[in-house]
Amino acid sequence: MESHQEDVATTEGLRLARQRAHALIAKSPADAVRSVFDLMENLPEVERLRPSEVGLVLVRGRVGGEGERFNLGELPVARAALRIPEGPVGVGYVAGRNRDHAELAALADAMVQADVWRDRLEEGVLAPLAAGLAERKADTGRKAAATKVDFFTMVRTRGEK
Amino acid sequence: MIGSLALEGVSPGFANPVADSQRVFRRVLDAMSRPGRLIDLDSGIAAASPHLTAASALALTLLDFETPVFVALDADGEAFANWLRFHCGCPITAEPKAAAYALVLADLLPALDQFYAGDPKYPDRATTLIVVCAALEGGAAVRLEGPGIAETRRIAPAGLPEDFWNQVRADRSAFQLGVDIILTAGDQIIALPRSTRIVPEN
Amino acid sequence: MAYVSVKGGERAISNAHQWLDEMRRGDASVPELTVEQIRHQMSLAVDRVMMEGSCYDPELAALAIKQARGDVTEAIFLVRAYRTTLQRFGATEPIKTPEMAVQRRVSAAFKDIPGGQILGPTFDYTHRLLNFDLCDAGPAGVAVKATEPVVEKMPTIASVFAHESLLEQTAAESDDAPEPYDLTREPMAFPAGRDQRLQALARGDEGFLLSLAYASQRGWGSTHPLCGEIRMGDVTVEFTPEELGFPIEIGEIVVTECQMISNFEGSADKPPQFTFGYGLTFGHNERKAMSMAIVDRALRHKEVGENGVHAVQDEEFVLYHSDNVEASGFVQHLKLPHYVDFQAQLQFVRRLCKEWREAREAATPDAGEFAEAAE
Repeated sequence: MESHQEDVATTEGLRLARQRAHALIAKSPADAVRSVFDLMENLPEVERLRPSEVGLVLVRGRVGGEGERFNLGELPVARAALRIPEGPVGVGYVAGRNRDHAELAALADAMVQADVWRDRLEEGVLAPLAAGLAERKADTGRKAAATKVDFFTMVRTRGEK
Repeated sequence: MIGSLALEGVSPGFANPVADSQRVFRRVLDAMSRPGRLIDLDSGIAAASPHLTAASALALTLLDFETPVFVALDADGEAFANWLRFHCGCPITAEPKAAAYALVLADLLPALDQFYAGDPKYPDRATTLIVVCAALEGGAAVRLEGPGIAETRRIAPAGLPEDFWNQVRADRSAFQLGVDIILTAGDQIIALPRSTRIVPEN
Repeated sequence: MAYVSVKGGERAISNAHQWLDEMRRGDASVPELTVEQIRHQMSLAVDRVMMEGSCYDPELAALAIKQARGDVTEAIFLVRAYRTTLQRFGATEPIKTPEMAVQRRVSAAFKDIPGGQILGPTFDYTHRLLNFDLCDAGPAGVAVKATEPVVEKMPTIASVFAHESLLEQTAAESDDAPEPYDLTREPMAFPAGRDQRLQALARGDEGFLLSLAYASQRGWGSTHPLCGEIRMGDVTVEFTPEELGFPIEIGEIVVTECQMISNFEGSADKPPQFTFGYGLTFGHNERKAMSMAIVDRALRHKEVGENGVHAVQDEEFVLYHSDNVEASGFVQHLKLPHYVDFQAQLQFVRRLCKEWREAREAATPDAGEFAEAAE
């Protein structure tokens, strides 16, 4: 996730770059994504291939986190598919019912695939979102760490005397 | 893992997915409850190939990721399979028996007993065939009877394999098992649910 | 006459709904609750509605709670009804709870579990004294932050003891394993697989599962559980869209996971070891996850060769009665008009009475006179 310097010339590299863009957009709040895109200039015109829509995905778990799969429950998802003038088609799927969020995910997916847009997307959208995400993660992790129990054993205390 | 779709040439689906699919579903219901009647879907979609209009509308209405589809469509096949995966999210299967739906040109129709006829506990799990015909009138005539038909009804779809009606007769002999068939041409359909029997002409 | 009563019923129903709406709003001089307020300040009710409503959407769950006047079971019904209006795009990759970004993680069995005991935002250790300060809006509490965050991946209790064969190890699933059972698409079938049981328990009523778990612990079930591990936090959801052909992350959800440990005395083929019961829920809901884990373990009695004589071990009993939308519907439908049923039963009971009297009169010729005198 840290490196965005994957070799996008290979199919594998391009896939990794697309997965990274999907993850960052989907895990960031919709309004945060909207605000970084709003700062971008001359965004490509988009043609929607399918009306953006809301549906469900069935969330699965595994017994004990690692064993047999089972169905836990459903999660609303918004999805969009669009084309930009440079040619690439972008597909977006994000948890929640926000179609705009899904369209921005699809737009980012298309831009990652276009040489003229890739670096500008990284600088204007993906890097700031990655920073925001890391900060929120660290924040929660630090709150959790503050509630970690420090056991002190009576036995050792007595032994040291 | 399957590859990414080539999406550059994908044509659009319904303009208003909810209202359009509900309307088409209602028409399919009419067609199924009045077997042999020619029904206009009025689907309003611009299919890439006009002869696939009704088949496309049925796909958008009936298929999703839980319905594996067998596709045999000649030159249009690959583009159409891509279109199906994009709009309906349905997996494509090469195995007729594994298909919940089959979308086939009448010329390329495998023998009906190649498809799944359901099992006695779950006869509803049989394959539903969507057969793209040259036309729904002007072919060899057959007479139908069964639920939804007052006495008998005559239809004459064109372009079906010569042996088709004999196969349908054979398929009906195992009722309640059997395949349901929807014949299409342009934006029109005729339904032949498994409860519909073929009677000798005269 | 029937016509008149139907028209009257329509107006009465419509007026009842309007009164209900006024009742929901309550005293109009009190500011109205917003959906956002419910979502953020009644978040545990929201979590329960999301899980039992089987739809992870905090905003919808909060709206349902508002509309249902705080009746959680009614709110669950509303969410279940809503989810039927949406098409399904597919099933996600299984969530990876071992990679959870934990907010809370405790083990009651093993003090020195690697990663540590992380209490998180818990009611445990509160004194359960009403805090009258909350009667007035005051400054919000502020969480303390340590300098360094907790470690990213906390090892599971099973992995900690993997080198010994004392704890049951979960077998990884083979690649050609069938798709998991889905009770929203398939009828209940018995004997049920663990996938079917866990899906039903996850959607099941928290109160029902809690009582079953409690009964099991008290002896109406053969489990003597210890809490191996509870963890709550964010997990990433991955989905492979048909048109992409590769998995993408589509968001994060909060889940609670519980692994209950019970000892197993061994059988002819298996050495004595600890076995697991598993619980997993949307949101933060430990009571539910723990109850689910205890009931899951009780339902595994055949696997470990235990006698299944208690209700909690009877999968048909448990799975058929755990869904509160079904249960509430069947119980509450009894208040809807049953005029014809009752009319038929009246006639039936009258006839039985008549026959009973006639039989008595035939047996003791004098009895009839007393009966008539009494009328």
